[in-house]
Amino acid sequence: MNVFDVMGPVMVGPSSSHTAGAVKIGLTARKLLQEEVQVAEVLLHGSFLATGKGHGTDIAIIAGLLGMKPDDERIPNSFRIAEESGMEFSFGGTELRHAHPNSVLLKLEGKSGKKLDIIGSSQGGGAIKIDKIDGLDANFCACYPTLIVHNVDKPGHVALVTTMLGEYSLNIATLQLYRDKRGGRAVMVIECDQEVPDEMIENLRQLEGILKVTYLSMEE
Amino acid sequence: MSFRSLQEIIDKSEETGRAFWETVMADDMNERAVSSQESFEKMKQLYLKMKEANAAYEEDLLSASKLVGGDGAKVHHALEEGKLLSGSYVGESISKALKMGENNACMKRIVAAPTAGSCGVLPAVLLTYEEQKEADIDKMVEAMFVAAGIGVVISVRAFLSGAAGGCQAEIGSASAMAAGALAYLQGGDAEAIAHACAMTLKNLLGLVCDPVAGLVEVPCVKRNVVGSVNAIAYADMAVAGVRSQIPPDEVIDAMREIGEQLPITLRETGEGGLAATPTGAEIAERLIHE
Repeated sequence: MNVFDVMGPVMVGPSSSHTAGAVKIGLTARKLLQEEVQVAEVLLHGSFLATGKGHGTDIAIIAGLLGMKPDDERIPNSFRIAEESGMEFSFGGTELRHAHPNSVLLKLEGKSGKKLDIIGSSQGGGAIKIDKIDGLDANFCACYPTLIVHNVDKPGHVALVTTMLGEYSLNIATLQLYRDKRGGRAVMVIECDQEVPDEMIENLRQLEGILKVTYLSMEE
Repeated sequence: MSFRSLQEIIDKSEETGRAFWETVMADDMNERAVSSQESFEKMKQLYLKMKEANAAYEEDLLSASKLVGGDGAKVHHALEEGKLLSGSYVGESISKALKMGENNACMKRIVAAPTAGSCGVLPAVLLTYEEQKEADIDKMVEAMFVAAGIGVVISVRAFLSGAAGGCQAEIGSASAMAAGALAYLQGGDAEAIAHACAMTLKNLLGLVCDPVAGLVEVPCVKRNVVGSVNAIAYADMAVAGVRSQIPPDEVIDAMREIGEQLPITLRETGEGGLAATPTGAEIAERLIHE
């Protein structure tokens, strides 16, 4: 706990979990999509669904999807800004299994038709977690440069990816592995101490058995 | 932060001959590997954001639920008309505490200190102090470090969120932080700072988090006032030489113990206390159907 974890953040109210955290989930999803959001279906769960409206959780998520940060004074006007920019959005409720009370499922489609499903949760004090990407566990805080690699569950893929990180002199902070079933679809979530260069991400995409590479940059 | 108690900050300050605030800043410099200028500047920016937020208050604005808005202005006007018992410093602090809480409820930009729900306490007493005592801004930033050091110790020994420890953890902590800052501004030493913090927190022990409809509005906005006024009274007492019979760190530990014993209905769930009154429940029901 640092001095500036206690003092701050500068944020648009009223709630660090239901507003600031919600903006951050939207913003992280927007970054993971890596292009402007064209269509967003926002499905709220638990406390987000029950008390979200009064806390502006809906407005906050759309603001994040538009690329706004938690201290952006345009947040209260996010619906209008989204409509002006041609983003289509809708809200609903959902019952997510084993999810944090402040969770949301975002079904996104980008300008180029790229699709992404994200489950994110607001952990309190503005901190968030991305719990799932495209139905697979992800479990990262969006506070490090994070590389998410979906691949066919076959031997050798972890070595390929971690070797490449080593070649680029990138240090791994945490590494998690998940899969839907043996030989099925697997995911590696790698939090790094440094930013991963675009070139390496492109090289990764060319590798056999790599299905999808998503990257979350911490750069503004 | 490397300090787990207020006593450690006091001891370190004595050992190094530094002021309380300098000990806190030195720890931040070490923790984040930054210079004293960078650390100081970052805190100054937060203080300036508080000023900006206060200046951006809109008297006519209501929150989406329409439960909150305009009260800070009412108090300010009544104070100017000479209708209030409180003197200018206390009266204006009441007004500013309400204004910031209302800003937060109305989705305006605020500085969480330590939380969004308690964002009115520190700016209320500090901005009013700067205005009325014509204090130097650097001095105000130093007071912010004092407050932050107290907040970190509370977060390490207890908690700062209503969901974890009830309102005592939010308004109680903000009030304790503000009291320490005021004691420093009024010339109190490290011991006076710690005792201002202790006596202030003692008064709010057991305060539950029972927001109507789960919103950061009722009673949260008005509780920022008690946090501010409480801080002023007990900072004055500490500067006058009054001391807490229970040592400051033990008071913080008591806050944790009480918070852990609070039932879940009284920890930000909107299910107990004021939220569960007939009117509270009715408001919640109305908002769901709006």
